[in-house]
Amino acid sequence: MAIFNLNINGSEHSVDVDSNTPMLWVLRDHFKLVGTKYGCGIAQCGACTVHLGDNAVRSCQLPVSAVGEQKITTIEGLSEHGDHPVQKAWLEIDVPQCGYCQAGQIMSASALLKRNPNPSDEEIESAMNGNICRCGTYTRIKKAIKTAASSENV
Amino acid sequence: MGRRAFIKNTSLASGGLVLGFSILNSCKPEQAKEMVVREMPKEWFEMNSYLKIGDNGVVTIYTPNPEFGQNIRTSMPMLVAEELDVDWKNVLVEQAPYHADKYGFQFTGGSRGISARWEPLRMAGATARQMLIAAAAETWQVPKEEITAEAGVLQHAATKKSAGYGEMASVAATLTVPEEVQLKEVKDFKLISRSQKNVDAKSIVTGRPLFGMDIQEEGMLIAMIEHPPAFGLTLKSVDGEAAKAMPGIKDVVTIKSFKDGYEKGGFDTNAFPELVAIVGNSTWEVMQAKKKLKVEWQPITAYSETIAGFGGKQTINIPAGLESTTTHKSQMEALAAKPGKVVRKDGNPEVAFENATTILERSYSAPFLAHNNMEPLNAFAHVAGDKAKIAAPIQIPPLIIPTIASSLGIPKENIEMDLPRMGGGFGRKAYAHFVVEAALISQKVNAPIKLVYSREDDMTNGIYRPTYHATYRAAFDENNNLTALHVKAGGVPESPLFANRFPAGAIDNYMAEEWTIDSNISIGAFRAPRSNFMAGAEQAFLDEVAETTGKDAIQFRLDLLKRAKENPVGERNDYDADRYAGVLELVREKSAWKENDATKHRGVSAYFCHNSYAAHVLDLKMENGKPVVEKVVCAIDCGVVVNPDAATNMAEGAITDGVGNAFYGELTFEGGVPQKNNFHQYQMIRMKEAPKEIDVHFVQNEIDPTGMGEPPFPPVFGAVANALYKATGQRHYQQPFNKSREIVG
Repeated sequence: MAIFNLNINGSEHSVDVDSNTPMLWVLRDHFKLVGTKYGCGIAQCGACTVHLGDNAVRSCQLPVSAVGEQKITTIEGLSEHGDHPVQKAWLEIDVPQCGYCQAGQIMSASALLKRNPNPSDEEIESAMNGNICRCGTYTRIKKAIKTAASSENV
Repeated sequence: MGRRAFIKNTSLASGGLVLGFSILNSCKPEQAKEMVVREMPKEWFEMNSYLKIGDNGVVTIYTPNPEFGQNIRTSMPMLVAEELDVDWKNVLVEQAPYHADKYGFQFTGGSRGISARWEPLRMAGATARQMLIAAAAETWQVPKEEITAEAGVLQHAATKKSAGYGEMASVAATLTVPEEVQLKEVKDFKLISRSQKNVDAKSIVTGRPLFGMDIQEEGMLIAMIEHPPAFGLTLKSVDGEAAKAMPGIKDVVTIKSFKDGYEKGGFDTNAFPELVAIVGNSTWEVMQAKKKLKVEWQPITAYSETIAGFGGKQTINIPAGLESTTTHKSQMEALAAKPGKVVRKDGNPEVAFENATTILERSYSAPFLAHNNMEPLNAFAHVAGDKAKIAAPIQIPPLIIPTIASSLGIPKENIEMDLPRMGGGFGRKAYAHFVVEAALISQKVNAPIKLVYSREDDMTNGIYRPTYHATYRAAFDENNNLTALHVKAGGVPESPLFANRFPAGAIDNYMAEEWTIDSNISIGAFRAPRSNFMAGAEQAFLDEVAETTGKDAIQFRLDLLKRAKENPVGERNDYDADRYAGVLELVREKSAWKENDATKHRGVSAYFCHNSYAAHVLDLKMENGKPVVEKVVCAIDCGVVVNPDAATNMAEGAITDGVGNAFYGELTFEGGVPQKNNFHQYQMIRMKEAPKEIDVHFVQNEIDPTGMGEPPFPPVFGAVANALYKATGQRHYQQPFNKSREIVG
């Protein structure tokens, strides 16, 4: 066990866990930030996607000891009032069915738009291919990403 | 039309919360925040178990059924709000807990949600509206017939009196519930059939705790299970010492899911009733310690058991042994070659086949499938003495309550159950063995626990879509007219056959046979059970039959349906030929279908199940050996569509799900061991493979709603197969289609 000081959603948090503990479980079990979901544990489904700095990463494969000073953003911290352009687009298109994968989808989509504000269909498909939606909302996800891209302030 | 009211006034007093307890308390601040705009009522008045009205006119509607993504948490309250006649923006939605007396049969499955609640929920709204009118009549001393109640406002035109529902709610809640109420005509609906946004969307996109997996309780421990690695094995012994010595671990226990002699229900399916459970402080610690368990397994012995299911009592045989996909295949081929059990026979099919000029015979098969819900199985349980508090993300709460009570040895009445949102269901969460397991673990370790299945546990624990096989034969005369049709279908361990579905009824000489093979691999409902195979086989075969007759694929089906309507063969046909033809005609129009269209590789398919009709036209092209689904046009007749955009979303999902399973879905076995345990092995459809465009249309009518979650799914398999033939020149008979050498991916 060791103490780790982490910057999560803009504030400092400390946790005493085994250094191999994936951030997924640090977020969920220790900080009660349960918006980040467990889906597969092997970086195959994308449900656990968070931002490390500006990059979308699978938190199930990110040991707490590898985070260091880098800032972590979870779905709870993506915007203060749930009004990030990607979240707004998700509401406008009414994307979710069961909703379990959607936080991960939104984190992947918002990281994509940050580095590429006007992605093509192919670029959207490549960036989102690591996120599984069992309900099959892919057509709406793609539409919502385009809606967010066409809005300002991404 | 007057309808007898069934609603009981559950509480005459004000302010009483319907919920006994709510584990997901943390869900409420989100709603509270929204309420700031509308202002929270100072007092609530309960009109019936489905709704309460605040003194300021805000209405809370308790939605009875568990939600797993069909958006019934929006569409069910819409039914109440329509008849109450209240402004939708003044409605709050709360999930009802399990409570049989208050909420009836809380069952989300079989595409029955909306159809089963169509009348009761509108009655709940209509009776409350009548009580508000009666309260205003009494208060104003005017005849109630002269009072209008619309959009949350009561008015008496002659005296110009007016009051909000909230002002009359305290009086209304004390009145007798009317025996008869008038429900609105379809033409008068203001909310139903107008798309409303998902009431939970904001919570979903901001990561609020909604799901069973998100539950956090004071003092709660995490539990995981270890189940046999193969079907056909059971627990022999466990040495948990090394695991218990790991950091954060509290205990290692064994559990037995059923009391000896317990008569199981149809949803008690469980291949692994004896398990090892490990309990600790955090999920990661338990996952690590689980690897240190030393468990010995032993072969099961064959047994028979009687199950009390929906269709009465049924005896099933569970053989011993370790099964494999190669063995299943040879067993299925052997039985397909022998006579089966004749389930239906019209005319004289034997003679028709003897006299045939040509016979077309084709065999179709599909593998076992795992549900692979994104949220792995989980449940919260706190058993203390003879009481249990449970939060169960499950589809049929009422059917697992007796099992929990029996296994724990406590009265049924002592079980309180909350129904958190499910991260997918698709039939898997109708089988709630994991809730029994959670309760038994909590009882054994004497603490509140959350049982969490790992993805590997979830994928290898059973209750799969069975593997199926079907052989179709068609007889033709010298003019290539279809003279007879013969279907023989079976599976491991159930038959997929629906003997009385189309094209039965449209063909003079018809025979349907079935067979089954016993298995110890547990199976269960998977989105449109049995239909999800038969539709693909039947619709692919009819495509070849149409081709043989030289007719257009849609016109051929319409001609058969015309026959079935005008001069049906047999009396047990279970479909409405008009509605069937209706979706084919609509999809023909909306897809701009042309005969012999050489510009597109198009496949058509139509099917009836769960009382609804769906037809698809699917356009496909091959790109470097990879199939690309360019567009799917879909037509559905499910009666009145309560929330059109949500229903459209579900149809889009069903189509994507179908394309994915047709091309990639497969679970195989070797020595009883499932050969895939996570998504690196089990290919799920992803955005790259999803249809590029989906265009959904509904037949407009005033028929009471029928099923919606399942019907658009089965015909996808046929549409894929038929389009794939156009794109590749080859017919494909074995799912998944990516097994074919010419398909990459």
